[in-house]
Amino acid sequence: MADSGSEEIAVIGNTDLTPSESENNLKNTMVEKGTNLLKRMEINVAEAEKRTGKNAVNMQETYTVYLIETRPVDAASEGTNPVPDSLWRRYSEFELLRNYLLVAYPFVVVPPLPEKRAEFVWHKLTADNMDPDFVERRRVGLENFLLRVASHQVLSNDKIFYSFLTEENGWKETVFETGFQAKADSRLKALNATFRVKNPDKRFAEMKHYGDELQSVISQLLRVRARAADRLYGVYKVHGNYGRVFSEWSAIEKEMGDGLQSAGHHMDAYAASVDDILEEEEHYADQLKEYLFYADAVRAVCRKHELTQFELEMAAQDLTSKKQQREELATGTVRTFSLKGMTSKLFGQETPEQREAKLKMLETQIEEGEELVKERNTECDEYVKSAWVDIERFKEQKDHDLREALISYAIMQISMCKKGIQVWNNAKECFSKM
Amino acid sequence: MSLGTPRSLASSGQKNIQDIRHPLCAAEESASSRSADALIHPGSGAATGGGGGEKDLSLPNGTPVETSSPASSSSLLNRLQLDDDLDGETRDLFVTVDDPKKHVSTMETYITYRVCTKTTRTEFDLPEYSVRRRYQDFDWLRNKLEESQPTHLIPPLPEKFVMKGVVDRFSEEFVDTRRKALDKFLKRVADHPVLSFNEHFNAFLLAKDLNKRQGLALLTKMGESVKYVTGGYKLRGRPIEFAAMGDYLDMFTQKLGTIDRIAQRIIKEQSEFLMELREYGPVYSSWSSFEEELHDPLEGVSGCVSNCSSALDELTEDMSEEFLPVLREYVLYIESMKTVLKKRDQVQAEYETKLEAVVFREDKKTPVPTDVEKCQDRVECFNADLKADWDRWQNNKRQDFRQLLTGMADKNIQYYEKCLAAWESLIPSLQDKQEARDETN
Repeated sequence: MADSGSEEIAVIGNTDLTPSESENNLKNTMVEKGTNLLKRMEINVAEAEKRTGKNAVNMQETYTVYLIETRPVDAASEGTNPVPDSLWRRYSEFELLRNYLLVAYPFVVVPPLPEKRAEFVWHKLTADNMDPDFVERRRVGLENFLLRVASHQVLSNDKIFYSFLTEENGWKETVFETGFQAKADSRLKALNATFRVKNPDKRFAEMKHYGDELQSVISQLLRVRARAADRLYGVYKVHGNYGRVFSEWSAIEKEMGDGLQSAGHHMDAYAASVDDILEEEEHYADQLKEYLFYADAVRAVCRKHELTQFELEMAAQDLTSKKQQREELATGTVRTFSLKGMTSKLFGQETPEQREAKLKMLETQIEEGEELVKERNTECDEYVKSAWVDIERFKEQKDHDLREALISYAIMQISMCKKGIQVWNNAKECFSKM
Repeated sequence: MSLGTPRSLASSGQKNIQDIRHPLCAAEESASSRSADALIHPGSGAATGGGGGEKDLSLPNGTPVETSSPASSSSLLNRLQLDDDLDGETRDLFVTVDDPKKHVSTMETYITYRVCTKTTRTEFDLPEYSVRRRYQDFDWLRNKLEESQPTHLIPPLPEKFVMKGVVDRFSEEFVDTRRKALDKFLKRVADHPVLSFNEHFNAFLLAKDLNKRQGLALLTKMGESVKYVTGGYKLRGRPIEFAAMGDYLDMFTQKLGTIDRIAQRIIKEQSEFLMELREYGPVYSSWSSFEEELHDPLEGVSGCVSNCSSALDELTEDMSEEFLPVLREYVLYIESMKTVLKKRDQVQAEYETKLEAVVFREDKKTPVPTDVEKCQDRVECFNADLKADWDRWQNNKRQDFRQLLTGMADKNIQYYEKCLAAWESLIPSLQDKQEARDETN
């Protein structure tokens, strides 16, 4: 994950990686963040707080707010370390920000927010939104979201985003003033309507398919992982029972007593160690989850491309039919059977004046149509260009992040194995002294 | 070979060995004992050392014969020091059960096991024997031992009856588990200072055809005296140490039961975990199929998970085939111990009733009849035998559980080491590509 460099370093520290290697990793992520807001500003979500208040329909509700701290990078490097600017935001405001970004930058794979409700969790974790663990994981996720936006070439320069970070009051109003909602609504309608593009762009079609596959494979992975975590938990915890029975048994033994007793303590430690293991694994699951939601963002970009393409095709189709009408009118031939042809046959020919006027009108319509097609064409071209740039960026980010995630997962497994070996070695020593 | 009295056989055997083998004693004995070690405890040669060197080839009259030679003593001494489990008892009789074979006839299908004996004991004409026995022969032996050695703890046999349809009696796992239990049974008898000299045991080890009728009449008579029924009689004073033994056995059974349940539950959780892992790995594989850059890393993780799965499979299998049967065998061993304790109580009861009857009949202080005195002797003999067996049993138990539990720890360590190796070998392949890419950037 682009943002979690520091956390990964901590994990990597457990293993045989040299410090220089991990520094490299950090540098890489920093370089990618290079050109943007993060260069000028440090951003973090420092803490979460529970609040109670009245909602829109005057009902009492409890919600969580998150403290966003920002501070100029220059100050930090100069060592002055000023008190950071800070403000509180609710999850719903993050949602609003993201919705705005989605509409304002349709060609961008907009970073996803952390899940609203806990999904794919193993049974020991609660799905309660107010659960401290959940709130903490969401805090990390929200910070990650802000860092991703702030490190994005395009998104990081958005004014609304900047004021999200810096102006506590009146931000919502500013967002609504952009009128993005209306645009969002019409867009949404169009996106929900079924339409078929005649000439789909192969690259986008493939990318959309990729998004589908990615989403299904990650959700499957998360589901199985959660079940495996449940089982692993069981395996470890049942070993804890040995702790109790060894201790009871030691009471009736003479020579064996001490060994049994201490082996029992090691079994207790073994059982307890699974909590940390699974907590760490949850971090890995969160990394995967981010890409599960990213898959959706990718598909949204592809879908929007289809819409642009569709609008272009519709305009072109309209223009063609207008041109055909003009031709018919000019030559007087009816190539295809049409209602107009029928009426003219039934009610007699139009007067030349009428025909002239009609032709003229068609002429202007065609001109407009040609203009529109041109416009749509440029729009579509531009969309394709900028969207593909962002998709390429996304691919690179994804490959990098997931590789990092897999490495930290492997490191986690290694440390789990080492812990296991250690505990069993300790137990073995006790047993062999019996 | 005849099943005559052990004594006359022993003396002739003694002469034989002394005449033929003594000059070569040093070389031959250490060699034979080593091979016997290897046979009995494959892979842990040092564990049972001692057998060869400081051997007391007991003469029939109980005088030890010194046969150790200076040449071999130092190395043997080392081995002996490693082997503190035997409490000074040395081994001169090594028995192994192996090579199960299935026999199919029109009447029945059954398994026979090869019983190999290596010994330096003088009662045996040859140093090595090999016979084939089936379960019911073991059963016969155990019954004979129980009848002829009523005051001793007879090690248990594996359960005779298996649920038909639930367990396949001819499956490799079942046969091997049973073979191990039979092997343990014979070893326990062979290591016992009294039982190992039992004529039925010797017949079992040597005779080509086991004549199960032999000596039956005599034995039933002996057995009968033990089966003196005291129906409902309450002991006046069971010595406190035997009461403590009973309490201990009850507690121990309880703990073993708990351990058994825990072990089974762990095996169940592990197999379910295994099922999830077997589903989990391939998901990475199917993911890798539509990634380019990430193809190899994902494929690598998939392979890793599958390696861990097989390691887990082995662990689970080991636990259910090596760990559980030993626990169950111990439950039976405890049962045997309880039976002996009960018999002791009966003998004491017999004595007490007789004594009471005498006291009741004769108010005056007359010398106790010899019959009652004999009874008292028997109680005392029984007590002494039982105490010796109890100590031996405690010792065995300590050894066996030390071995069992360190074995369990070892198996778990091996499991984690396999997983560790798999994940560690994955890391470089995950990083390599990355570095290559970073360099090109």
